[in-house]
Amino acid sequence: MNISFDDLHKAFESRIRLGIMSALAVNDFLDFNALKEFLDATDGNLATHIKKLEQLGFVDSKKSFVDNKPNTKYQITKEGKTAFEDHLKVLETIINSQK
Amino acid sequence: MNKHQNHIQDLAEIRSMMERSSKFMSLSGLSGALAGIYALAGVFLAYTMYDFNPTEIISSKSIFEVSGVVVIALLVLVFSVSSAVYLSYRKATSKGENIWNATSRRLLLNVSIPLLAGAGLSLVLFLKGIDGLIPSVTLLFYGVALYSAGIFSYREIKVLGIIQVILGLLAAYFVSYALILWALGFGIAHIIYGTYIHIRHER
Repeated sequence: MNISFDDLHKAFESRIRLGIMSALAVNDFLDFNALKEFLDATDGNLATHIKKLEQLGFVDSKKSFVDNKPNTKYQITKEGKTAFEDHLKVLETIINSQK
Repeated sequence: MNKHQNHIQDLAEIRSMMERSSKFMSLSGLSGALAGIYALAGVFLAYTMYDFNPTEIISSKSIFEVSGVVVIALLVLVFSVSSAVYLSYRKATSKGENIWNATSRRLLLNVSIPLLAGAGLSLVLFLKGIDGLIPSVTLLFYGVALYSAGIFSYREIKVLGIIQVILGLLAAYFVSYALILWALGFGIAHIIYGTYIHIRHER
């Protein structure tokens, strides 16, 4: 077996980060509240994980105002999409090889 | 072994999140079947009370004679929409979801454009006395709306949309059968679709 567990991206070890990436992979963009609802996470927890993904360059954010309230929209970057797809491939390969 | 289970679990959650975040799956199937029943009742009333059964594209009746039918049609619409909202609200709440979220908003937006276009054209046809084409136009635009709804909710809705489009085209050509075709599309097809979704996804 030439694919090892080490190939699993560290960034996606957390279920919340994996969830954020999955949701952003199939949506053009999502705002903070939508992500919060889908992931059932607290504000602080979600913010920390998003920040981590932003630092890695996997997620981009755009701040704006809706009805005078700050609203942040998130979208997946090209690098993020590639990393996420690679991660999926590794997961599949590992699962298939252990059948 | 534990790690293996974890990976499978990871993949399952990725798939579920992709679906949950892009599709509104709380749309009630039962309300679809109810809408079909309202539509059939509406056709029956329009036919018996107002003798409504266009045979020509241009209406032989005055606007006032047809307006009773319009009232029935609007009642069918109001009942259908409120059943859909109420039953979908119940379905969403029972799953711990919010009915007004990113997916339901997107579904509504994409459905409302073709529906408003169809409603506008129907109104114009009604005012110009071209009643015979209204069953066709409502079927056609509703079918297009359903097809895009299928992208943002149950995939089966696409099939229902295509059926409505075919019936709509037939209704435009065979105007004297338009009312029956309308009853088939809005009535029978809805009941079959709603029952299918209810059995398949709601029990």
